[in-house]
Amino acid sequence: MMAESIQTDVVIVGAGPVGLFAVFELGLLDVRCHLIDILPKPGGQCAELYPEKPIYDIPGHPNVSGQGLVDNLMKQVEPFRPVFHYGEMVEALEVLGTPEAPSFRVRTDNGQSFECKTVIIAAGGGCFQPKKPPIDGIEAYEGKSVFYAVRKMEDFRDKNVVIVGGGDSALDWTLNLHPLAKRITLVHRRDDFRAAPHSVNAMRELVAEGKMDLKLGQIESLTGADGLLSGATLLGADKSKTELACERLIPFFGLTMKLGPIADWGLNLNENLLPVDTEKFETNVPGIFAIGDINTYPGKLKLILCGFHEGALAAQKIHRYVYPDKKLTSQYTTSSSALQKKLGVN
Amino acid sequence: MVKITYIDSYGESRSVEAEEGTTVMENAIRNSIPEIVAECGGGCACATCHVYVDEAWYPLTGQPSTKEEDMLDFAYKVQPNSRLSCQIKVTPQLDGLVVTTPSRQG
Repeated sequence: MMAESIQTDVVIVGAGPVGLFAVFELGLLDVRCHLIDILPKPGGQCAELYPEKPIYDIPGHPNVSGQGLVDNLMKQVEPFRPVFHYGEMVEALEVLGTPEAPSFRVRTDNGQSFECKTVIIAAGGGCFQPKKPPIDGIEAYEGKSVFYAVRKMEDFRDKNVVIVGGGDSALDWTLNLHPLAKRITLVHRRDDFRAAPHSVNAMRELVAEGKMDLKLGQIESLTGADGLLSGATLLGADKSKTELACERLIPFFGLTMKLGPIADWGLNLNENLLPVDTEKFETNVPGIFAIGDINTYPGKLKLILCGFHEGALAAQKIHRYVYPDKKLTSQYTTSSSALQKKLGVN
Repeated sequence: MVKITYIDSYGESRSVEAEEGTTVMENAIRNSIPEIVAECGGGCACATCHVYVDEAWYPLTGQPSTKEEDMLDFAYKVQPNSRLSCQIKVTPQLDGLVVTTPSRQG
């Protein structure tokens, strides 16, 4: 079912630190935002790749963890009540307006559409997508026999299912699909698992009872026809080869970043980055801005603090698109009672 | 300075002079060594700086930490001599180190 189109001033693609701080700068200028992120939570790379790692180069924070920074930013944008759309990928972007008075329609892979005056692309290294194992010809089986996530459990009923990986996703799906599948084989490269100990124990019990198989090694090749798998060859740690019955393969190899659909939006690209000017951080399409790691310009540094600056300047131009008749005056949060009112501190 | 040699998956070899205390990954990036991506920038948070350490040198590079072993789960074609190059610190003992890069990182 097609959800009703959401009207807003700005759609921000990516809820990483830079996208989040843009909400703050725009909020001070009375510009309202919706954010869309493919991850199920805010924070982008900070939260996904290094939540516990200290960051040492955020001005005024000698040492803050990735997650700590994200938590603080979420608190900072709270007064502006941004709306978050998690677990969705922006698929299409359509130009509706003119260069002088831009407007856009943005659609996600979930069928949600937005109508907005401007778009900020703050997508960092691109969207997180599952890594594919390096098996020749695996593409031919994707969507039919090879799945990188489980969406419909019924797809696995009465099938020989091979799950690859040693983390929570691999173990959780091993346990969840076990009652339904014909036979589950869990393949992992070593006999140590990152997953929660209770699920590892549950898996080991099933193996001990002969109800499923655990194989140590890596999948080397696949056999099948017309997109339907029949078997997989396991290369053991001792270089031995074993044929596994395999009608469904679910590899869990973590996430990688890909530019994704952004490449198809008619924007100029330079080595998978979006060239912008350094006054407004606008792309070649008026009304579409790019800030943070995804943009490029002479002297560009991929630092979070640079992304914050870029968001602040982009906000000035966005204000002109959203409120063409209003004049902007420079105000400070330390002294302006109007800004303090917006922040809910006065 | 410590000499490190990177052999790519086609067999081509490139040697660089590395400073002590840096990592094998950092020296690859600084010298534009192919087949090392280092997506996370050295945080042991991805598996895109995967290398195979020459058997003779493997014992001298130390044992991978639990965190590194966990990350190696995401690497391709992992072998017993697999390491993440961001976790190998350059020391004088490693002068002459040889590592081979896999054909694929991500």
